[in-house]
Amino acid sequence: MAVTTGEPVPRLPLPGLVARGLTQLKNLGFGVLFLWPSILLFGAFVFYPLIKSVYLGFYESDPLGNRGDFVGFDQYRSVLAGSAFRHSLRITFQFTMYTVPPAIVLGLGLAMLANQKLPGISIFRTIFASTVATSVAVASMMWLTLLNPTTGLVTWILDQLGQPRLNLLNDPDWALVAVSLTTIWLNLGLATIVFLAGLQSIPERLYESARIDGASRLGTFLHVTLPMLSPTLLFVTVIGTILAFESFGQIHILTRGGPLDETKVIVYSIWENAFQRFDYGVASVQAVGLFILVLGLTVIQLRFLERRVFYQ
Amino acid sequence: MATRIEALATKVVTVERAVRRRPWGRYALRYLALMLAAAVIIAPIYMTAVNALLPKQAIVAYPPKLFPSDPQWGNFPKALDQVPLARYMLNSTIQTGVIVVGQLVTSSLAAYAFAFLRFPGRSLLFIIFLSTLMVPLEVSIIPNFQTIQQLGWLDTYQALTIPFLATAFGTFLLRQHFMTIPKELRDAAAIDGYGHLRFLWSVVLPLSRPVLASLAVFAFLSAWNQYLWPLLVTNDDNMRTVQIGLAALRGREIDSFNVVMAGTLIAAMPMFAMLVFFQGQLVRGLTAGAVKR
Repeated sequence: MAVTTGEPVPRLPLPGLVARGLTQLKNLGFGVLFLWPSILLFGAFVFYPLIKSVYLGFYESDPLGNRGDFVGFDQYRSVLAGSAFRHSLRITFQFTMYTVPPAIVLGLGLAMLANQKLPGISIFRTIFASTVATSVAVASMMWLTLLNPTTGLVTWILDQLGQPRLNLLNDPDWALVAVSLTTIWLNLGLATIVFLAGLQSIPERLYESARIDGASRLGTFLHVTLPMLSPTLLFVTVIGTILAFESFGQIHILTRGGPLDETKVIVYSIWENAFQRFDYGVASVQAVGLFILVLGLTVIQLRFLERRVFYQ
Repeated sequence: MATRIEALATKVVTVERAVRRRPWGRYALRYLALMLAAAVIIAPIYMTAVNALLPKQAIVAYPPKLFPSDPQWGNFPKALDQVPLARYMLNSTIQTGVIVVGQLVTSSLAAYAFAFLRFPGRSLLFIIFLSTLMVPLEVSIIPNFQTIQQLGWLDTYQALTIPFLATAFGTFLLRQHFMTIPKELRDAAAIDGYGHLRFLWSVVLPLSRPVLASLAVFAFLSAWNQYLWPLLVTNDDNMRTVQIGLAALRGREIDSFNVVMAGTLIAAMPMFAMLVFFQGQLVRGLTAGAVKR
């Protein structure tokens, strides 16, 4: 340490600082090295397209799919307020209501059945989880047969119940219900797996104390199981709603958005506008609308549900 | 009226008591409930199997046949013969394999940086990583399709794989596990002259096998089941994945639905095998974040 004047200089732990700075610099180098593949991919396939979608929404498209005139927010206004978008929004909400609550109730029921300690229970767990291994295309092809209006199992069951015969997939009043049935079945495996994991994380002692207090089965369910399960319920609701909003495959295979657009959810409408009509401008506006919706839904649901969620 | 209901209620209670007294009775009820639920869940799969084994005339029969009296095993080779199912499966296998390996590599590296390296801007970068989870694929398909088109990658494996090689979910999952590995281990390894890459490869990754397996199974599942993206970027029958090829059977084989169903079962097999053999890993991957630990 070179002290030239008589003034005392406070001694700084300079070598320590330099060493720490060097380590940080070295770490930064390694950090960049380790992170750049992900950063590059996210930049190219998540952030850039997000910005470009917003930008494409400012331009009209010509019939060949080329970028046409700049129209600014006019296109956003006309598309988002237009009847087609509002219709697909309504269908999407309806589809969400038809699929998410039933999957939660049934999934919780199946999980409680599968949570019993019985010999051979693992076989039932695998069966209950099996639809998680079923892809949307496989599930749709399976249900296409079940829903066949002349020979399908669903038709036969309706006959047994004395119901009039319906061509479910071609009936504007029933097509969304039919697609929803397929979707509920498809999502049941995931819901069951997640609820089962939630049930198994509840400490046994809570049930013991409930038993000692003489709580009924219903009371135990309402005052022990449900509160302890609230984080899981939150997770399933949020994931289920987002999944519903992103649904496409089952509609593409089962109904093609029809009959009379009664199954035309947002993503199907985006796909149709972009890749059947090559109207990238309109489709981009819809995509941005979907993004805002999914984002908003997630935030609202988290806010709303967080107050009711009981954390340990 | 009231008395009849009361009588009925008493009867129910008596039966319930009788059932409770005998353990086998209680078991029987529980198994009955389990089997009923299992039957409903498995019915679509079972009916597909039945239809896949029916002869051509029997598939249009009503009431629907609930059991294949004369199983036509030949429908399976027929399905493989009439549509390039084997090729579709190969494409899906390549796509899935590349995505699984790619995600394991990129997310191991990224998670290591977030868990073991202290550098300025790390928290911000981590938040940026997590924010990608908020952007659904469906929102960005148009620009992504244009990118792939401009690169001349339509109908290539690059188009099917490269956009999915990075994963914020996987990075998060691995980071959470890496953070449980004691820092002292890194210090000790540094004294022994281990660099970061060698420490990651020979200490961190072997200690993380279960999490890596969960991520791999999860990545396999989501890659194999992709629908919208492969539909957009492949047109050539030689490049179709099994999901898209399967959906296209609908228009192709209308009069022989038994063969279509045989094809559906073949397409579903790899995932069912996955579920049976790797259920534990799959469950861990799917429930990450669902249950507070």
